[in-house]
Amino acid sequence: MPGEEKEHVYDAASLPDLLPIYYKRLFPYGPYFKWLNYGGGEFSFTLKDDVYIRYQSFSDQQELEKEIQKRCPYKIDIGAVFTHRPKDHKTVKPAAFQAQEKELVFDIDMTDYDDVRFCCSGADICPKCWPLMQIAIKIVNRALREDFGFKHLFWVYSGRRGIHCWVCDETARKLSQTGRSAIAEYLSIVKGGENQSKKVALESPIHPSIRKAIEIIEQRFVSYAADKQDFLGDEEKQKKGHGSMYRGRYPLSNSLKHEKNNNFSLTLLRFKDMWERKDVFNRFDSSNKRWQALCKKSEETLESQKYLKEEVMLQYVYPRLDVNVSKGVNHLLKSPFCVHPKTGRVCVPIDPDNIDSFDPFKVPTISAIIEELNTTESKDEDGKKIKDYKKTSLAGSMVVFEKFLTSLENSWKGKKLEESDKKMEF
Amino acid sequence: MDFAGNSKKSGRSARNKKQFNRVGHNLQFYKIPPTGEISLQEFEEYAIDRLKVLKAVEVAGIRLMKGSTEYIQKLQDELRKTSLGHDLIRTDKKEDKDFRQKDLVSHFILRLAYCRSEELRRWFMQQELDLFRFRFLREGPDSRDEFLRENSLNYEPISDDLKTELDGDLRAAAGSKSGVVDTIEYFKVPFTEVFDLVSKRKVYLEDGYAYVSRDDMISIVITHYRSHLSHSLAVTTRALPHLEEDGRLLPMLCGLSKRYLGQDFNAKKSNVGEITADMIETLSKKSFPLCMQQLHQSLRQNHHLRHGGRQQYGLFLKGIGVSLEEAMRFWRTEFCKAMDVDKFDKQYSYNIRHNYGKEGKRTNYTPYSCMKIITTNPPGPGDFHGCPFKHMEVDMLAQKLRGQHISKDNVEKISKCVKTGHYQIACAQYFEATHNIRNPEDSASININHPNGYFLDSYKLLNGPKEGTKPVPNTPKVIKVKVEGTGTPSSQTNKQSDLNDMDDDDLIASMETDM
Ligand code: SF4
Ligand SMILES: [Zn+2]
Repeated sequence: MPGEEKEHVYDAASLPDLLPIYYKRLFPYGPYFKWLNYGGGEFSFTLKDDVYIRYQSFSDQQELEKEIQKRCPYKIDIGAVFTHRPKDHKTVKPAAFQAQEKELVFDIDMTDYDDVRFCCSGADICPKCWPLMQIAIKIVNRALREDFGFKHLFWVYSGRRGIHCWVCDETARKLSQTGRSAIAEYLSIVKGGENQSKKVALESPIHPSIRKAIEIIEQRFVSYAADKQDFLGDEEKQKKGHGSMYRGRYPLSNSLKHEKNNNFSLTLLRFKDMWERKDVFNRFDSSNKRWQALCKKSEETLESQKYLKEEVMLQYVYPRLDVNVSKGVNHLLKSPFCVHPKTGRVCVPIDPDNIDSFDPFKVPTISAIIEELNTTESKDEDGKKIKDYKKTSLAGSMVVFEKFLTSLENSWKGKKLEESDKKMEF
Repeated sequence: MDFAGNSKKSGRSARNKKQFNRVGHNLQFYKIPPTGEISLQEFEEYAIDRLKVLKAVEVAGIRLMKGSTEYIQKLQDELRKTSLGHDLIRTDKKEDKDFRQKDLVSHFILRLAYCRSEELRRWFMQQELDLFRFRFLREGPDSRDEFLRENSLNYEPISDDLKTELDGDLRAAAGSKSGVVDTIEYFKVPFTEVFDLVSKRKVYLEDGYAYVSRDDMISIVITHYRSHLSHSLAVTTRALPHLEEDGRLLPMLCGLSKRYLGQDFNAKKSNVGEITADMIETLSKKSFPLCMQQLHQSLRQNHHLRHGGRQQYGLFLKGIGVSLEEAMRFWRTEFCKAMDVDKFDKQYSYNIRHNYGKEGKRTNYTPYSCMKIITTNPPGPGDFHGCPFKHMEVDMLAQKLRGQHISKDNVEKISKCVKTGHYQIACAQYFEATHNIRNPEDSASININHPNGYFLDSYKLLNGPKEGTKPVPNTPKVIKVKVEGTGTPSSQTNKQSDLNDMDDDDLIASMETDM
């Protein structure tokens, strides 16, 4: 796989040696602290041997820096701002210790797509399925901005198999659990467990927000589903790709079992209305052609099946959010700029306006950037000292982070001005 | 864009206070707790009356699509059968002081009875909200407007120009009601005022604002009522242990809340004796309800279950009498067919101990009821939890039943129930079919509302009643209460109130992500 042809092969065993350097010289404390600046929220650390420390809080950047460098956490999670300093949680009554605010967060994880990707499964990702994440970012980003009016969205690669989004607008941070659930529900279309093969049911007319999602999908669907996944391909072609992943996963009837390894049948089975169109399978020989033929047919069909094509597309690629992560005000989520212990990759920001240029397999690993530190000059042409992270491939990510931060800070300033203006009026 | 805590709201509560000096609207948010004296007998009577009402609301909501004509009809019929409900559905009772007092007092008593656990709170809120919605929609347009005005929830309609501009989007968002867009007024409100429309995607959103039709303004009312109720319940919970002493009330309150939950299956000592890990396989075939059979099978097949499934199945097993040690053995054996022991111990054993109250908040978690399984946390891709009668495609279910050699007639009977939304009745029929019950007398006694109840019934039937099988109800700890002054001062109403209804369930779910 392309991800592995990098010069620096990351070795998980070296993490204990690398983390101290990373936290000493590379972790972007300045902007990081600025981002979380509005108020003493909870941090939790997972240390080397799965020791888990909750309810950390820091009153200034120095304190945060010191603690992180001392502990060298394998994972940092960010939680809510509480009624009391998280550190003091033992001194207050449990009922009085309440989560007050937190960013609205979204977690999209490739493992939730296992039934619709044929290249890998579980925690693995590859260039053939990564487009799912690109589509997810496009759709969720649009809806949060245009529908909900949020402006400060911070997208982050989780370091392995998924992406996170932190919505940092004040309205979002102050949302109740009901509000968070409502937004997550609004954004959820693919529904039903393993006993529900058709997971998308559209009503007529289609809601404007879904309509816009479909427009985004239409630009990418063929390239993803037909070209990359060969989702209407047949068994022979597929054998290499998904091997045993379907064994025992689908509670299909016995009579259909022999067709389990066939993407085409899988697709048709999920959409029983398509079942009778099996003949296109024989007449056309590629996923792309078969898909075009099915679409054409579905345009001619009954009123009751008029969104079949859209439903198929949505079921295959529409973002699958983990609603439980978004719902809770005090749900913890892994912090940006952590290092994923398995892959060694840094959880770097993703620029949602440039998702096609983001390649998860090129995300720097901790070993690579530390190597870069040692091999590049520490002064620029004018002899000024260059910040450590700017010498490494983290620099690009930092630009994305700074851009997000600047607009966030401006909104805070704007708000302060507004407030002081109000005071002047009286 | 920032409208949480805008200044408009503080203006509202100031105005809200005044209104309580008058008779006020037929409907209310129950902001001011009742004062005065009430006999213990009345206390219980009021509570039971309201409980009957809420039960009727629940039943209609489970069986029928909320808001449908059938639902409204059914609810109306059911409510008429109860004495309080009979008055609650009338819109001309505004001046009837006795009724209003009863409405108010009974609501507050149940608040006390139902504030003590997350599940109780959720149930109470759901039914009260549905009841309120039902009553609100019975009011005429003028009366609704008046209510909105009284509670400062009124907005200006959008201009015709803007409406024309948004026409297509408003129509598309209105769904099947799109025909009425022309004739109806629309209001532009922050989306935070209409969460239930947002969550159902039944409203057009643009740049943080929702365009709400006059018909949907109920949503604003519900959002406010929900947030008020949730906050009040949280406050009541906190106040409960500190309340004055009256040893007679609390047992009664506990008894009241049990009427909804039925038996608490959180058995420490099992009802049927210790069940070891090795017995589970056999029992699963004979005495497990379909939901648990399915979890068991997929666990055996995939050597894994996702979080939702582990919770549902794990707590069920605990409820039938599998000890922590045996549970650990059971899960470890199965999971470790596909992962190393080390990984299991790291990632999953905490979860299991947690369910037995050995970690985190040390709450002794209760097995899920059918209600909970059917109405909350629906399964997503990769999930096998939920109730098959609700969450499985009807064809797939029929196929599965035939596979278990259930007769064609019975399969048809069950499918029919499922299609009309009578999931628990379908489950009872499944029980009958699999336990060879033909005698109609026996069948009348079968009533499924808890997977653990299903198990017990089946076990008893197949093994004959054993000695000591009588369930030992958890005796509630006696805390003493006085009714007065447990309400919330309305000025404190806080939008954030329901933030904290989280258990560390979610925390655990988060711990296994992406590590
Ligand atoms: S009705 Fe209850 S016991 Fe029966 S399958 Fe559904 S959840 Fe399980
Ligand atoms: Zn892949």
